[in-house]
Amino acid sequence: MSAATSKGKVRAGDAPLVKWTLIIVALAFMLVALVLPLASVFVEAFAKGWQVYLASIRDPDALSAIRLTLLASGIALTMNLLFGLAAAWAISRFSFRGKNLLISLIDLPLAVSPVVAGLIFVLLFGLHGWFGPWLDDHSVRILFAVPGIVLATIFVTFPFVARELIPFMQAQGTEEEEAALVLGASPWRMFFSITLPNIRWSLLYGVILCSARAMGEFGAVSVVSGHIRGETNTLPLHVEILYNEYNFAAAFAVASLLSLVAVVTLAVKKIIEDKTGIRGEKA
Amino acid sequence: MATLQNQVEPQKTRGIATLLRGRAKKPGILPGFGLSLGFTVTYLSLIVLIPLSAVFLKAATLNWAQFWSIIAAPRVVASYKLTYGVSFAGAAIDAIFGFIIAWVLARYDFPGKRIADALVDLPFALPTAVAGIALTSLYAPNGWLGRYLEPIGIHAVFTPLGIIIALTFIGLPFVVRSVQPVIEDLGGDVEEAAASLGANGWQTFTRIIFPAVFPALLTGFTLAFARALGEYGSVVFISGNMPMRTEITSLLIVSKLEQFDIPGATAIASVMLVSSFTLLLVINGLQARMRRTGEKV
Repeated sequence: MSAATSKGKVRAGDAPLVKWTLIIVALAFMLVALVLPLASVFVEAFAKGWQVYLASIRDPDALSAIRLTLLASGIALTMNLLFGLAAAWAISRFSFRGKNLLISLIDLPLAVSPVVAGLIFVLLFGLHGWFGPWLDDHSVRILFAVPGIVLATIFVTFPFVARELIPFMQAQGTEEEEAALVLGASPWRMFFSITLPNIRWSLLYGVILCSARAMGEFGAVSVVSGHIRGETNTLPLHVEILYNEYNFAAAFAVASLLSLVAVVTLAVKKIIEDKTGIRGEKA
Repeated sequence: MATLQNQVEPQKTRGIATLLRGRAKKPGILPGFGLSLGFTVTYLSLIVLIPLSAVFLKAATLNWAQFWSIIAAPRVVASYKLTYGVSFAGAAIDAIFGFIIAWVLARYDFPGKRIADALVDLPFALPTAVAGIALTSLYAPNGWLGRYLEPIGIHAVFTPLGIIIALTFIGLPFVVRSVQPVIEDLGGDVEEAAASLGANGWQTFTRIIFPAVFPALLTGFTLAFARALGEYGSVVFISGNMPMRTEITSLLIVSKLEQFDIPGATAIASVMLVSSFTLLLVINGLQARMRRTGEKV
């Protein structure tokens, strides 16, 4: 930015009047569209005081929602992290037919409505679904139970790590890795001492985006959860229930936890971007 | 790539395994091709491809008359019109203000710029349900904004306007993040040339800058539009979900599911999937074009 300002004296839109009008329009829009909603969450959360806030968060149903959210997003993150590493390794280090098709298919879940993402698991595991009768005979519960929630979360966050790692690793050379192998390192040694340290920031970037989305997913999880209080409610679903019961202070108190996660996510993301110059692919 | 294609006998019927067969870029020594690609393809199939195919296979069990009567029912058609209309409006607002925000972030220095830049991604990071209840409380008759809008006759909650507000929120970062890097990369030399030939700032903008940024703006608009079509969480709270009036398509799928009308939900979902996959192709085409023009410059 400073380079840009110093470069030319004759850039369009640099007249002070134009410049400050545009800055004010942009900031005013961001204030109304972004800042006010975020601020209102915290204000509404404390509208009835600290006691109500703490009680809403310490409520057993809220605590079990926190646990389930952490569990589901933890599993989804681990799985999609392994997938992202494998996919990025295969795509960036080898050439094979159908590579572009594979890259497009990895992005497919981003084009699917969350509600449809939930629906597909109903079609697979519901009572009238493909595997439903068999699961029922063996009393395995996937739909309206924790496994369904985990699967839906994995689906919606599927591409997040992979799509950060693939372009980053494609831009890297393979010399260091080859050197390690030539010098006698085992493949895993090479991976842990060369590859992983080289991609750590890009990996962390993907992990942050993936976990933020996993914790906040609503539509897909809502379809498969069955909304059993204390059992299959994640944090966003708990917010919905409280809100629909007109228990606004509690709904916003729980929502403020999720908003806090979002703010931390943005801060860490910005720090990584400034530190490394990584810019997320447009989601 | 051409040499690689020659290595695989083209006559053979190709399963996914043959389709993806390959080798290291250089006669390489890098390990793990089979393991990483095998895991990738298996996991992709199990989590994404097989489950998604369930929608189309299930929809195919309906005969054409049944399928048509579901997807062309008046309430369903009303939901398509609403969904497309509000998504278009939301994406259009995003295109206008997203462009201004991207411009300001790319070209000017001002206090608080880094915070503003980070804040643009808030809609990616904030759970949609939280956005939904926050926007509803803001625009409710007694809310921070609603109390000023209601007296002058602007009703946002439980109206299509409210849905547009929610979708504008959701789509904003797509436009900003598509446009911002392109504005940052604009070469100052073309602008200087235009100025030295006597163009004023506005002419430089409309003749030089805007045409260069337009493909990115169109991509951002399409991404925001595509995201809005499937959006659910931020909309349900503010829309009021009245059939024929404020019921978007994804909500209709949920209400069909709640009535255990799985064939109905599936048929509508297949329509949504086809339209979003079509949009995905459009977006890929736009981005491929941008890359090509980018290389030429």
